[in-house]
Amino acid sequence: MAKTESTFKNMVISLTLISLVASACLGFVYEMTREPIELANLNKKLSAIRQVVPEFTNNPNDEMYMLPTGDGDSLEIYPAKSGNEIVGYAVNTNTSTGFSGNISLMAGFKPDGTIINITVLEQKETPGLGTKMAEPAFKDQFKDKNPGNFILKVKNDGGPVDAITAATISSRAFCHAVQRAYNALQKGGEK
Amino acid sequence: MNQLQNFTKGFVRENPILMLVLGCCPTLATTTSAVNGLGMGIATAFVLVGSNTVVAMLANLIPDKVRIPSFIIIIASFVTVVDLLMKAYVPDLYETLGIFIPLIVVNCIVLGRAEAFASKNTVLSSAIDGLGMGLGFTMALGILGAFREILGSGSVFNYRFIQGDGILVFILAPGAFIALGYFIALVNRVKNK
Repeated sequence: MAKTESTFKNMVISLTLISLVASACLGFVYEMTREPIELANLNKKLSAIRQVVPEFTNNPNDEMYMLPTGDGDSLEIYPAKSGNEIVGYAVNTNTSTGFSGNISLMAGFKPDGTIINITVLEQKETPGLGTKMAEPAFKDQFKDKNPGNFILKVKNDGGPVDAITAATISSRAFCHAVQRAYNALQKGGEK
Repeated sequence: MNQLQNFTKGFVRENPILMLVLGCCPTLATTTSAVNGLGMGIATAFVLVGSNTVVAMLANLIPDKVRIPSFIIIIASFVTVVDLLMKAYVPDLYETLGIFIPLIVVNCIVLGRAEAFASKNTVLSSAIDGLGMGLGFTMALGILGAFREILGSGSVFNYRFIQGDGILVFILAPGAFIALGYFIALVNRVKNK
């Protein structure tokens, strides 16, 4: 088949056709993947909640509500219930005070405000340094501590938290995010 | 050149990373671990095969003056497809590769093969060329990723074999340049023997 000439008409027609076909394909793939993507996001959220609160029987995602943090922002609270009794709250908290980009955590609290567990949802800290915040060696020191009497500050700032070596900024940001979660939960009251 | 040579040339003789030194941005950025390197390589290989095939099919229909924009549309569509599929079915890998998936669009190896090979050859040879190049790219990224992971984190494919820290610089950006430089030098040395 002969090569199509580069006339104005041919160029317009070919580009239009290619764009049309490409967008049709994309629309099709988008429709096909929309549900699995939503499902994957939901599963990720639920598994994060499951890691930070005791076993629950309700669907925390359906009972989610927002509470203000006191600094003009508000956070998502996921109440975990076993039967009708509240066994804990998972708080989706975040901070922009990290070394690079947002840090987003899921923090689990007992109804009295004691930290149960924390898991890192998203962070872009320096690989090998700040990223260690997701490792048990760092985040497990918050377990069973109540921010009411456990000051969420690294040792450099006069607090009891052991910062990650060479990643004080990331450690500080982690504390800040947990503090925000605690503030929201306490100031929001027991609903 | 027979099809077998056409396929194998991507591994060493014309390896995109080691010989042509194309597509260095994703190479340097995503090879912090073996799994990340392989994941990025496979995603790129998929796009290469897809775009090479379609470009070869349409090569005669596309007027010369608008061939680059046409190729870009084709490549971008394939990349978006990969992006959506990964988000849906391998969310964990998608999380770590993050922004580098959309950036496959501007990976010069993809447009380079479309322009230099697929637009002048048959559909079959173009598909094989894309597969060979893609797998060669995957191989280079996998080796580089494994190397940096072993030295930098003391693990390979997430399996830890030493406790404590590795040599951190290999996980960070400078380590990528150092590792890639020695890798290219070594392969060239062996090849020229």
